[in-house]
Amino acid sequence: MSVNDYTRLGAAQIASSVRAGEASPADMIGASFKRAAEIGAGPDELNIFLHSDEKASIEEAEQMRPRIQNATDLGVLAGVPVAIKDNIASLGLPTTCGSKVLRGYVSPFEATAIARLRANGAIIVAKTNMDEFAMGSSTENSAFGPTRNPLDVRRVPGGSSGGSAAAVAAGITPIALGSETGGSVRQPAAFCGVVGVKPTYGRVSRYGLVAFASSLDQIGVLGRTVDDAALALETIAGFDAMDSTSSDADVPIYRLASLGKPAPEARNPDAQAMRIGRSPIPPPPLPGPTTLEGVVIGRPKEYFPESLDPDIRHRCDRALDRLRSMGATVRDISLPRSPLAIPVYYILAPAEASSNLARFDGVRYGLRVDPGKGLKAMYEATRSEGFGPEVTRRILLGTYVLSAGYYDAYYKKAQAVRTLIADDFRAVFASGVHAIFTPTTPTTAFPIGAISDPYEMYLNDIFTVTANLAGVPAMSVPIGRIRRLPVGGQIITAHFDEYAMFRVAYALEAGLGAEAHQ
Amino acid sequence: MPVTRQDVLHISELARLGVEGARADELTKELTAILSHMEVLSQVDTATVPTTAELGAGGTPLRPDVGVPPLMSGTLGSIAPAMRDGFFIVPRLASHEDSGESGA
Amino acid sequence: MTQSRYEMVVGLEVHVQLKTRTKAFCGCSADFGAPPNTNVCPVCLALPGALPVLNEHAVELAVRAAVGLGCRIDPVSIFARKNYFYPDLPKGYQISQFDQPLAVGGSVVVERSEKGTDLRIGITRLHMEEDAGKSIHDRYPGETAIDLNRAGVPLIEIVSEPDIRTSAGAGAYLRTLKQILQYLDVSDVSMEEGSLRVDANISVRPPGQGKLGTKTEVKNMNSFSAVEKALEAEFARQCELLDSGGNVEQQTLLWDGAKETVRPSRTKEGSHDYRYFPEPDLRPLVLDSKWVEHTRKDLPELPTAKKTRLATEYELSVVEVEQLTANPALAEYFEAAARASSDGKAAYNWVMGEVQVALRSSAEDIGHFRVRPADLAQLITLVRDGTISHTAAKRVFAQMAETGKPAAQIAADEGLVQVGDEGAIATWVDEVLDEHPEEAARYLAGEKKLQGVLVGFVMKKSKGRADPRRVNQLLSSRGG
Ligand SMILES: [Zn+2]
Repeated sequence: MSVNDYTRLGAAQIASSVRAGEASPADMIGASFKRAAEIGAGPDELNIFLHSDEKASIEEAEQMRPRIQNATDLGVLAGVPVAIKDNIASLGLPTTCGSKVLRGYVSPFEATAIARLRANGAIIVAKTNMDEFAMGSSTENSAFGPTRNPLDVRRVPGGSSGGSAAAVAAGITPIALGSETGGSVRQPAAFCGVVGVKPTYGRVSRYGLVAFASSLDQIGVLGRTVDDAALALETIAGFDAMDSTSSDADVPIYRLASLGKPAPEARNPDAQAMRIGRSPIPPPPLPGPTTLEGVVIGRPKEYFPESLDPDIRHRCDRALDRLRSMGATVRDISLPRSPLAIPVYYILAPAEASSNLARFDGVRYGLRVDPGKGLKAMYEATRSEGFGPEVTRRILLGTYVLSAGYYDAYYKKAQAVRTLIADDFRAVFASGVHAIFTPTTPTTAFPIGAISDPYEMYLNDIFTVTANLAGVPAMSVPIGRIRRLPVGGQIITAHFDEYAMFRVAYALEAGLGAEAHQ
Repeated sequence: MPVTRQDVLHISELARLGVEGARADELTKELTAILSHMEVLSQVDTATVPTTAELGAGGTPLRPDVGVPPLMSGTLGSIAPAMRDGFFIVPRLASHEDSGESGA
Repeated sequence: MTQSRYEMVVGLEVHVQLKTRTKAFCGCSADFGAPPNTNVCPVCLALPGALPVLNEHAVELAVRAAVGLGCRIDPVSIFARKNYFYPDLPKGYQISQFDQPLAVGGSVVVERSEKGTDLRIGITRLHMEEDAGKSIHDRYPGETAIDLNRAGVPLIEIVSEPDIRTSAGAGAYLRTLKQILQYLDVSDVSMEEGSLRVDANISVRPPGQGKLGTKTEVKNMNSFSAVEKALEAEFARQCELLDSGGNVEQQTLLWDGAKETVRPSRTKEGSHDYRYFPEPDLRPLVLDSKWVEHTRKDLPELPTAKKTRLATEYELSVVEVEQLTANPALAEYFEAAARASSDGKAAYNWVMGEVQVALRSSAEDIGHFRVRPADLAQLITLVRDGTISHTAAKRVFAQMAETGKPAAQIAADEGLVQVGDEGAIATWVDEVLDEHPEEAARYLAGEKKLQGVLVGFVMKKSKGRADPRRVNQLLSSRGG
């Protein structure tokens, strides 16, 4: 593999060649910036990058050189360029959440997920564009202008992690971090034809992720391939004492899922060696008729309504056929409360957001607009100028549903229905289903400016938001194209069973082969 | 339940968003439209659904009472809009505002 | 007095800062008095992306307080966000507890020895929360200065039932509560340093009427006596309002200590809508019942129990134990000295006498007092043995307090050890009789009342070292 093939290299291949001394980290970072320039990642073109500092990134890569020469373990992501959604706190580059209220703000501390990437040798090349405070499904709500879909520049890349999905789709980085609250990694992954993973709630530390709706937020990963995503997730997953909601459940080696077998014991010495990258994984065997033997895939009828776009239905059916051909059993199931998910989500998420965004008050950091008429006027001027229309709308909505007299009818009710939605998933997985398969989105990427009604925009999350409400892991993988626009298929598994999810995803990716992008 | 302009002004006040004028009218319509989609929830029977507390499997983790150096790089002055003598400085409360709300 | 036609109904909300090393949800120091904004971190500054993690010791102290106040501890309690804007509230919400507090249903028994009846004040609830920072309004003209060192320090809020009927009762409740919290060692409970703060809810009604009147909330009192005065002032105001045909309006009032009046706070009632909801950044606080039981068993002895025990064990009066138990450190000091000397009465006299004088003059805390209880016990023993006189003992004590040297050493160094030796005493007696021939003659002639005078001369001559009993015996035998 040569650095000239950079845009086709997976994260594991980049790390392997860096560890083997075939290429230097600086070569890889240079190639990443070269690709960014070629494709136009800057503000005047695709507007993928909000902040980047080529010189600093190259310097960081150069500093890795002595570690290579000393044959010190460089980590599983040695020299891998990564892009980070701009709502994840980073040292060095600003963290603005796509909002005017944080323009120029550089966090004095770093998110746990980023620290873990760095500790494993990854190098940040950019903070990526996003819907302001992750509120949106198109990246059109960024205060710094919309990101364009690299596959069709007139269309949106999806959102809110649109910049990260576009960075991966454009071949700038093999992996990127995004964040999810209601589908903000999976939906843009589907629109950009890449892999997007939302882990189980609690799987990845939220420390350093700027909160939108704390009970739903989760850092997710985008990768060009399933393998890229698996490698990235296993690097950042695991307990963090700084996040009270993070889980101490063992993190398996997700890449072993490519072998098409159940998860090995976490304490298995081979697995440990692989975790720190000492024994590179051999290429997985070609999928065969037994790769998914014994795996039961649920097909929930609520996610395949009559009204579903026939082309999307067709791509899903084709994917299910491939899964069957590898030994999986496909079973019709029902998640009866899923149709309630959008109303529940658009009560709970804004409610939490209204509280989480109260800290942007112009007192300690970020934007301050002071009309000189006292404190309250300063608050109001700062917040009305600092927040865009969608953020304002959601803060108001959230304030309303929490306010005296409405709490029981909205917030409390939604919380109870959320429990019912989660119960549906629990029941399905308890009945012997290993993974659920659905379309990721009801449509392909739409043109910039096409959707102006807020609720119509919210319906983009209709198939993804249930996994956030239930807290279960879910991912989107490319399953084909419609008129050159990518379609994503969603795989959902039980709490903390990302391994099974990756097993199905590896098989599906291999089973579809070139069809995934046709 | 339609949202009134009065409601919008009240919640804007609570959230310190300074919504006024024509924007208040637009938001009244938008919020009413959005909330109309939420009405469906009122028909769901949730009488037997356990509360969050009853679901609370595994309590919140606890931190030992030992000091740790604040994990911060740089100074507060580099992020604060206004500081003097180590204090954050804000405009004084205007007279109609409460000065007794402070202190938990 | 129109007031006699009404009774006041008072409930108190007491905020107590827990004695932890670090803040409730981050590792910053909870100490008081550091330069502004130096005990801060991403969490307590509410920087974007920071998250809270609960301090274990804060939970221990809160549970200890709840158990000590006889509350029922809920095995699962929930943290909630109380949302409001204020520049010293960095997150725009305070992490508190609302629907499901840590504990409910305790009580405080206020002893009223003069009247003989005890007063029981119910505790409605006790919950954990974090403190806000400090807003300083008078430092810069037209601006407010914010110090967030205190932001995030752990508190408990103790809410009483509306069981209090007089301002004196409110004061007595607060003093008793403070004493209990001191014994439980959960807080410094100092109103001056802000580690104890009181808000009062007060309404009035004709005695015998069951229904409660409209209440007001009175804040901004900086001492227990200020609470009493504020309640009297607000009681009078409400009574006058009702008498003049008016209605009490539900509102928040601020006590103005200088003018000794209450004035309305400028907050519009109803403009508060705290929009409480469960804090999603923390999971429920789940307490192991065995651990709570353990806390109950390990509870320090509380004031009431201690008073009863000290009275019987050391044969002390009600007034004496009352003095000794005023604070736990004093009681502990006394008991250690009493045990080591096996003389409760003497220990009481020393502790309430010389020890208090020394502490007052040096403004020291008894916990850091140089004369440790064992040292005092040694001094008491020396007096009882007759090794030194009581007069000499006071001089020895003064030196102990100054130098920290043991009593015996000071007595020896200063030549204060009593001389019981017959020969030496006889010599001093002879000399005195020689030097005061007139008194000697009259005494020997049978004027017994002069014996005291002569003993005094001997004591003076011996510089206090002669054992006065021996001197008396010797003189009596001479006087025949
Ligand atoms: Zn802190």
